[in-house]
Amino acid sequence: MGQRWPVLLFALAMAAVPFIPGMPPFWIVLLDNIGLSALVAMGLVLLTGVGGLTSFGQAAFCGFGAYATAVLSTTYGLSPWLTLPLSLLVSGVFAVALGLVTVRLSGHYLPLGTIAWGLGLFYLFSKLEFLGRNDGISGIPPLAILSLNMIDPGAIYFAIWTAVILCAWLTMNLLDSRTGRAIRALRRGHVAAEAFGVHPPRTKLLVFIYAAVLAGLSGWLYAHFQRAVNPTPFGAQAGIEYLFVAVVGGAGYVWGGVLGAAIVVVLKEVLQDYLPYVFHGEGQLETIVFGMMLVLLLQLAPSGVWPWLTARLPTRPNRKAVEASSALPVRKKAAPIDDVVLQVDHASKRFGGLIAVNDVTFDVGTREIVALIGPNGAGKSTTFNLITGILPASSGAISVLGERLHRMTPQAITKLGIARTFQHVKLVADMTVLENVAIGAHLRGHAGALASLFRLDRTDEAKLLGEAARQIERVGLSAQADTLAGNLSLGQQRIVEIARALCADPMLLLLDEPAAGLRQLEKQQLATLLRALRDGGMSVLLVEHDMGFVMGLADRIVVLDFGVRIAEGTPEKIRNNPEVIRAYLGAVT
Amino acid sequence: MLFLLQDGITNGAIYALLGLALVLVFAVTRVILIPQGEFVTYGALTYATLASGQVPGTARLAVAMGILALGFDLYAGRRSLRPAWIGRALATNILLPAAILVLTSSLADRQTPVAIDIALSLLIVGTIGLFLYRIAFAPIAHTSVLVLLIAAVGCHLALQGIGLVFFGAEGQRGPALSNAAFTIDPLRFTGQSIAVYAVTLALIAVLWLFFGFTLYGKALRATAVNRLGARLVGIRTGLSGQIAFLLAAVIGAISGILIVPITTLYYDTGFLIGLKGFVAAIIGGLVSYPLTAVAALLVGCVEAFSSFYASNFKEVIVFALIIPVLLLRSLATPAVEEEKD
Repeated sequence: MGQRWPVLLFALAMAAVPFIPGMPPFWIVLLDNIGLSALVAMGLVLLTGVGGLTSFGQAAFCGFGAYATAVLSTTYGLSPWLTLPLSLLVSGVFAVALGLVTVRLSGHYLPLGTIAWGLGLFYLFSKLEFLGRNDGISGIPPLAILSLNMIDPGAIYFAIWTAVILCAWLTMNLLDSRTGRAIRALRRGHVAAEAFGVHPPRTKLLVFIYAAVLAGLSGWLYAHFQRAVNPTPFGAQAGIEYLFVAVVGGAGYVWGGVLGAAIVVVLKEVLQDYLPYVFHGEGQLETIVFGMMLVLLLQLAPSGVWPWLTARLPTRPNRKAVEASSALPVRKKAAPIDDVVLQVDHASKRFGGLIAVNDVTFDVGTREIVALIGPNGAGKSTTFNLITGILPASSGAISVLGERLHRMTPQAITKLGIARTFQHVKLVADMTVLENVAIGAHLRGHAGALASLFRLDRTDEAKLLGEAARQIERVGLSAQADTLAGNLSLGQQRIVEIARALCADPMLLLLDEPAAGLRQLEKQQLATLLRALRDGGMSVLLVEHDMGFVMGLADRIVVLDFGVRIAEGTPEKIRNNPEVIRAYLGAVT
Repeated sequence: MLFLLQDGITNGAIYALLGLALVLVFAVTRVILIPQGEFVTYGALTYATLASGQVPGTARLAVAMGILALGFDLYAGRRSLRPAWIGRALATNILLPAAILVLTSSLADRQTPVAIDIALSLLIVGTIGLFLYRIAFAPIAHTSVLVLLIAAVGCHLALQGIGLVFFGAEGQRGPALSNAAFTIDPLRFTGQSIAVYAVTLALIAVLWLFFGFTLYGKALRATAVNRLGARLVGIRTGLSGQIAFLLAAVIGAISGILIVPITTLYYDTGFLIGLKGFVAAIIGGLVSYPLTAVAALLVGCVEAFSSFYASNFKEVIVFALIIPVLLLRSLATPAVEEEKD
């Protein structure tokens, strides 16, 4: 992969830095601090920038890592290498506990929650007897390999930057995988991701733990670097600063974290050195400048320095190599007999006093295209949401191949073989078409987060991407496979949604207004595609307003009005049905 | 026991004021006002500095921020510069803070009554609040709650640092509003604590009247519900934001002036006090004024009791209070699809 070479070059350059003759030792200390801060920021990139979970509390996780090793290596005399897994474990366990409480918080409650426990933990660190209260713990042994003690900053430099580069590599691996796509889909709302089997709370918790473990690693290194810990570097102020680092660098980019750390640490140093001369003031002048710069940055470049920088570099097309040879197992298609795939039986949905769907009954057979039409507010989209399990039905039954979908999650229903598109397109705008479509195959892959961290997921991943590429080809968008989904026209985005749904290998495809925004030629292509799918054994249920499109395509039409089914039959019958004409054109008396 | 309760209610009343201001600002502008604590500190220490006969640095800060705000105004309105408009911008951004500075400098070294010191402090902090919105938040008013929150944190850092420059690291106390005191066995009521209760109640009543019965109040509420809709019916949403910040700054400053005679305030005390107002505001869901007031009293009492029984873990307990509340809130309100980003 083309992405690997710059990382290797960067690693070599960083390894060479301490050997530059005349390198001031002070610079090495700065680089050490940058590395420590970059580790935390990298976790925040994944958590905040990619996953959309803002945390002001990462400093507390550094604290867990640092205090764990401090206590274990001083009071219990454990070797620092032995305390490393324990430190990470402590951070991880606390992340599970706090994460279970925190990640369920929605919207702005989440960052507020992290401020609250960030502050609470800071006071806890500074009050607990065995953590040395405000004085902290000193006399922590340095890291040592054989007889080499890493006491001076130049020695621990290698430990810190090995960790940074290793973690950057792992994080990039994670993002470029099945789990990574699930994480990246989180930020753009849950409904679409959930519809294809992503489990948002679990994915959020995973990111939360990952970020906490990175912070714990930074804390562990910090403890053995400073050889003393006290509560101050783990307080709310530090937590805010880490977020600042991520935002400055570019919260959506792994290397943005490293760049942000470099900018902030160097800037802080410079400000601390020179501001007092300029203003003759005392104390925290740098925080004033810091705060002002944060506000200014949000106004001028809200996405950070890294994307600004990479946009100015010669761009290399980052094409994903997809092998089409390896294939995923395919669902057995129902036999082409006159069988019912979907049965909606007297289903109703009430929102308070409003009855959106009232006692609706219809079915969809195998190899059949059924259209659900009706004026605005007729209850078409609500019916879709009932079928896909996004809303529970108030009464009545919905079953697929005889199995009742009572209180099933959207994920389980997708597993049964129902895949859908949305009326308002729900794609992840900053992911490529290929990656978006691959989310559709989420449930057909198996590689977990750990496997993807260490690149053990490649065969699984190749199958998923291969499947995605095949479905993109099927809908005729191969030329756009590597374009960002947000850059496509609305009509093309609708087609991408169909490809994503096809990736789930459904037997029933639910399409919510697929022709809206399409040009005439595209509509014809879509109709051809849907007929081909039907003839290949798939059933299609679609909601559509474009009568020409529906009448030419559907085998059967169900008409809803004010939540009630008013007619059902072939396009010919529906066209002449007086009830339907009345619903659409008003009463003709 | 009773004296703990009394202590808790006095503190709780202050938290209630701050909580109300936070709810107000959030409802109108969607900004989670982390720098609310700085308004408290600025109000308190400006008042204390004035009382000791010096010119507080905050008066100069208001002038500096006014100049910046003028720059923002001119840049934003660069396509339609009319003389009347420029005149108004000059008046609010330059003349107003300059006049306050002149007034402050001329009155500072004389023995002025407490009421004048208070009025000046409120004027100074109020204008700072006004300009803070113009400079830091108005340009990004359309962005997500998260971006606004991070900007708020930036403002907090800057203002707290400036506070240290102006007021130094030593704590200050201000003169009490009244030295009267009486005892109803076993409790002792000072004039100051009575003032705290009275002012809190009065402000709550005023806010209620303002939002319920005046056109401006209703306009602010409309902005809170639907920003675009409010603009379409002719409400100047930028102005609403400024009014909200002005009110929040004044309320913060009043809280500061109320507590500075009771406890010593440092340049960074406000942050913690503000955060406790927050705990209350969040319990109120950032929307409900009465619930926030009740929650603030609860926070005050929890704090008073835990500082008596487990003083080491006072802050831990107060901030831990927020987690179950947040959890309940986000479970109670089903997660809606967030398309905005």
